[in-house]
Amino acid sequence: MKAIRTGLPVTRTLAATLLASSALLTPAQAQEETTITAVMHSGLRVLDPVITTAHITRNHGYMIYDVLTAVDEDFTPQPQMADWQVSDDQLTYTFTLRDGLMFHDGAPVTAADAVASLKRWGQKDSGGQLIFDVTASLEATDDKTLVWTLSQPFAPLMDVISKQSAVPPFIMPARVAETSADETITEYVGSGPFVFNEEEYEPGVSVTYEKFDDYVPREGEPSWMAGGKVVNVDRVVWTTMPDNLTAMNALAAGEIDYLEQVQIDLMPILDAAPDVTVEMRDPLGYVTIGRPNFLHPPFDNKLVRQAAAAALGQEQMLATMQGDPEYYKVCGAIFGCATPLGDQAASETLVAPNPEASKALLAEAGYDGTPIVLMAPTDVISLSNQPVVAAQALREGGFEVDMQSMDWQSVVQRRAQQAPIGEGGWNMFFTNWMVPEISDPLINVMVNGRGDDGWFGWPDDPQIEEMRSAYVAATDAETQKAIAVQIQEHVMDNVNYLMMGEYLIPQARRTVIENMIPSPVPVFWAMTKAE
Amino acid sequence: MFGYILRRLLATIPVLLIVSVFVFLLLRLTPGDPAAILAGDAATPAQLERIRDSLGLNDPLHVQFLTWFGQMLQGDFGTSLISNTDVLDMVSDRLGPTVNIAVMTIIISVLLAVPMGVIAAWRHRSWIDFAVMSFSVLGFSVPVFVIGYILIQIFAIELRWVPVQGYKSPADGLGAFFSRAVLPSLTLATIYVALIARMTRASMLEVLGEDYIRTARAKGVRENVVLFRHALRNAAVPILTIIGTGFALLISGVVVTESVFNIPGIGRLTVDAILARDYPVIQAMILLTAGIYVMVNLLVDLSYSLFDPRIRY
Repeated sequence: MKAIRTGLPVTRTLAATLLASSALLTPAQAQEETTITAVMHSGLRVLDPVITTAHITRNHGYMIYDVLTAVDEDFTPQPQMADWQVSDDQLTYTFTLRDGLMFHDGAPVTAADAVASLKRWGQKDSGGQLIFDVTASLEATDDKTLVWTLSQPFAPLMDVISKQSAVPPFIMPARVAETSADETITEYVGSGPFVFNEEEYEPGVSVTYEKFDDYVPREGEPSWMAGGKVVNVDRVVWTTMPDNLTAMNALAAGEIDYLEQVQIDLMPILDAAPDVTVEMRDPLGYVTIGRPNFLHPPFDNKLVRQAAAAALGQEQMLATMQGDPEYYKVCGAIFGCATPLGDQAASETLVAPNPEASKALLAEAGYDGTPIVLMAPTDVISLSNQPVVAAQALREGGFEVDMQSMDWQSVVQRRAQQAPIGEGGWNMFFTNWMVPEISDPLINVMVNGRGDDGWFGWPDDPQIEEMRSAYVAATDAETQKAIAVQIQEHVMDNVNYLMMGEYLIPQARRTVIENMIPSPVPVFWAMTKAE
Repeated sequence: MFGYILRRLLATIPVLLIVSVFVFLLLRLTPGDPAAILAGDAATPAQLERIRDSLGLNDPLHVQFLTWFGQMLQGDFGTSLISNTDVLDMVSDRLGPTVNIAVMTIIISVLLAVPMGVIAAWRHRSWIDFAVMSFSVLGFSVPVFVIGYILIQIFAIELRWVPVQGYKSPADGLGAFFSRAVLPSLTLATIYVALIARMTRASMLEVLGEDYIRTARAKGVRENVVLFRHALRNAAVPILTIIGTGFALLISGVVVTESVFNIPGIGRLTVDAILARDYPVIQAMILLTAGIYVMVNLLVDLSYSLFDPRIRY
């Protein structure tokens, strides 16, 4: 009893002292500024939004850079930095920069900056490469005008340069954009609504953005990456928290304002937090896919790939990944279920597993029981379940499976190996994409049929390349959709990849944060913070 | 003494040399590709190849090693392959939180554990001894992240005395520093209190059975003087060893605690670098860790002579 009497005042005094001294040492200026503290899905380590397809770097790009045009929530390209006109023969695109555009160093944005930026982007982005394959010239005719001349029509040009993911053509000063596309830039000056605070940047730990006072927003309501980017806060701080439980506790305690990804099994923690809202701000979500290796047996045989498709079921895989059906959707559309080109044609076999059909196809193919090497990353939560579920389903479907556990880095290195299985090769791996990254035949790298020049798995598929060419030549949305459905049917038949369904990741914010716009990329313009 | 220190310091050179060669080769033999992390998931093999070229990863192994080693001799540990940031800057940014938390942990641990061990030995087989030993077993057995979450729940969420997470340097204000450092330090201290208390108790039990202790007591020396001046000094060598090793372990990174409390320390830097195969950062971190172990061991060895006059260098 005595210990309690003497102990409590001491601890109270200590706690009070700690709190008081923390408060005293907080700069008064910080209280006057409006700061949003956000925990993003990953730490920012790469600052060049062209050299990488990492989502966190793309999000960083949207903070400090601007784009010429951007798709709105209807996937329709809209003017952002520039308006454009297309010639009657569809060969010349003329872009005119709007007034008031300025880089963070005070220099005006010119058409020459845009040309240099587009050229660098065109070396890295798969859609950009296709446009530059048919580019006759791209030049600045004056400070505000750039003219893009094609050797043949490329109907989806505006869709490609306005896309949201994975690598949008961010506009940088020409001196920065002249950096080789295979080297990272070292100067981070944009003309976007926020300025990158280089002094406070700690790679993988924290990044701070200040409001760019000289940014002139476009007129109109914001819609995804298009519209008026009006900034209502002074600073945005992205801080990295490797532990989702810690981030949730910090949100509940009011130490952070926004959490980009909430782990579904931990959500009950936030139910008890009175000032926190959990919601879906990304209406499209993600897809999870399996990719077979076309170079080696047995997946060099279409019947065996079809057997794998028959053996696997989306429901089982998604349920294992997400648990709560509210956060996943059985969807066989290779371009996403809620996108303009999305169509579920011929995908019925992917909904539920059919081991008998799989065995019959394997028998027809003459599968000799050689184990398929399935790479299973163990260190990435969102990718660790799929191989386990797939291995069991494939075994039930008559496959012999050699599931090899490794870290994600080993997967990314090994999947680049074209060697035979016995010499370090592989047969199948799983990965995830944001839906905007697979939403059309030019963006979706898995429908690239250029063999060795394509994405890992390397299908040499002239038929799909013809369809993609037809898509490029199509001049109206109806024809584009029809071709997209043909590609969908072809992919389901040829099994270029295994579409294993869509899933959603909820976000959470303190209720003092308002006016966040829904978008696959979290944006910090428009939002307000009430204190 | 000076000659001894010089010899020990010179002995670190071959140690660090061997470590550097070993680490360099080990990393290059481990599967993984920094270019793939840099380029992201959609990069084609041809794009990856070009990035590898630009990073120098396609150069012959001996060329890569000599380039890195030559730079290192000039104090240049290179730049991160992923973030393009100077490695020394990255390490020095992260060293502060780790060192400060480690020092605080060791201070808490020693202040609690040594008296606990001494009293447990003094009251051998009493309820106090039993309580100290039970705490030690508990401290070893409960995973550190569980202790961390429990402390967060009680002190940060229920009582709201301290923040849930984060780190502030002492330069930002002692209050801000202590309020954020106290929970991770207490969490880490749990295991070190257990370790040091057990070692102190075992060492003290041995010393308390010595003739000179019985003599001191027969002469009427006060019990606290017997325990803390006569017995503890003679029991100090193994205790110092365990404290030194513990400190080196703390400095070389405590990933789980850093993650639970969101402390941007050395442990997280190392793990992130390993996951990204960021070779220059990993190499620097392992060399740093090796250097810390060598230095801590030297300091521990030197400190023996302070407590035991029979030890001379």
